[in-house]
Amino acid sequence: MEPVIRIRNLSKTFGKNGKALHNIDLNVGAGEMVGLIGPSGSGKSTLLRHITGLVRGDQNAGGVQVLGQPMQTDGRLNGNIRQTRARIGYIFQQFNLVNRLSVIENVLTGTLGRIPAWRGTLGYFRDDERALAMESLRRVGMERFAHQRASCLSGGQQQRVAIARALTQQPDVILADEPIASLDPESARCVMDILSDIHQHDGKTVLVTLHQVDYARNYCSRIVALRQGEILFDDKASELTPVLLNQIYGTTSFNEESLPAPRQRVLRPVSGLALAQ
Amino acid sequence: MQTASAQPEITAIPPGNSWMKLFGWGLFLAALAWSWGGAEMKPQALWNDADNMATFLGDFFPPDFSEWRYYFSEMVTTVQIAIWGTFLAIIFAIPFAILSSENLVPWWVCQPVRRLMDASRAINEMVFAMLFVVAVGLGPFAGVMALFIHTTGVLAKLFSEAVEAIDPGPVEGVRATGATSLQEIIFGVIPQVMPLWISYSLYRFESNVRSATVVGMVGAGGIGVILWESMRGFMFAQTCAVMIVIIVVVTALDIASQWIRKRFI
Repeated sequence: MEPVIRIRNLSKTFGKNGKALHNIDLNVGAGEMVGLIGPSGSGKSTLLRHITGLVRGDQNAGGVQVLGQPMQTDGRLNGNIRQTRARIGYIFQQFNLVNRLSVIENVLTGTLGRIPAWRGTLGYFRDDERALAMESLRRVGMERFAHQRASCLSGGQQQRVAIARALTQQPDVILADEPIASLDPESARCVMDILSDIHQHDGKTVLVTLHQVDYARNYCSRIVALRQGEILFDDKASELTPVLLNQIYGTTSFNEESLPAPRQRVLRPVSGLALAQ
Repeated sequence: MQTASAQPEITAIPPGNSWMKLFGWGLFLAALAWSWGGAEMKPQALWNDADNMATFLGDFFPPDFSEWRYYFSEMVTTVQIAIWGTFLAIIFAIPFAILSSENLVPWWVCQPVRRLMDASRAINEMVFAMLFVVAVGLGPFAGVMALFIHTTGVLAKLFSEAVEAIDPGPVEGVRATGATSLQEIIFGVIPQVMPLWISYSLYRFESNVRSATVVGMVGAGGIGVILWESMRGFMFAQTCAVMIVIIVVVTALDIASQWIRKRFI
């Protein structure tokens, strides 16, 4: 079966700092939830940004396909990239909401890739689109805040709104770039539960970068580890041993005690989180 | 450690060359001295001709308000010139500002547009007013056009500086949904710069009301025409009344626009 995300021989060089990504080959299949781990600067965020074409790879250096559509090839963005982006929900570490817009307006931007350009440009959204946006907000338990400014919310709430924006795209793939790195532990768990729910109940493909190894092991069935722009490990989460982690992170601090076996997670419904769509 | 002692010691006095500072001050003072001659500075004239000035000032008082209705109706025209001059400028400054923002367009778009805006900003309103009086005839419309062209250049620069200072994150957030470039600007950029744009626009409106009072002097309508005529006719009591009208209206508008600005920030 054709993989949902298909990265071939992708390289990226930033200025004189050398290679950020080095001949990356990676396939992600439909319905997988993959955790991308690695130390700071290993290239995990850079890789994710390449997949949706926010960054272009080196010239003559491979390409990225998502859902069978080319996103970029040899450092050039595909002309139809917007249609494919509309099918990819992207979640950022810093949420990237528009602060001065209300929560519902932010969520409605999730429809921009699908509705006629003139309507989106004029900011004219139909009732069914507004209903969809409200439904997404309800899914992440944020419907009460619909008409507040995004800037009034806490970090965890903003990230849930950002997920609602991604859900409003009705995407086939979710890319989450350090979605919990700026959040407190409780919000982090809540956001990861939502992502996990989207994966399990809607069958979406999820690729998430994380710098907390325990989160990656608990939530993702498959883990890909990057080190200095190269893939060092790509296997089931259970195969990730302390020895390997020490290799990935260049430390000696991982041992059997610091790395308990992945706990069996029971999906707890988040406040107001409707599990069935 | 050996290597640590080799490092220069960090002192409380910041490193740097103090002679460069002295040189800077010297250059500044030299510029002042150099300009003294060219500007024919002669402060003693203020003392020597004090009697003349007292007589001249005396002619201004008491102000002659006998035609105040006329003055006020011309002042209203002046404000109307400023309203349209500023409004047109805002409308045109928005696309020009976007096109001259380095973070949104490639350099080969941004640089030419910036030069065009430089040009329209470099020429004073009064010069444009004289040109438009020739082109569209005497009257307020020439004033509107003069303010419009000059203010477009000013606002485009101020607007684009605001755009260049935005947080790129939200724009990427909108881009990632599959939005078009125009939608990225409308949903990602404009909401971020709106408070500054409103503030700049109101400030330019205030200063355009002031400018509109003088474009009339070259025949471009408004209260400037009366100001100029009364001065040329040595009717200084009337000049004084006109100036008081200008001060009152400009002050009132400044206060009003400050009040509006506070609502938006």
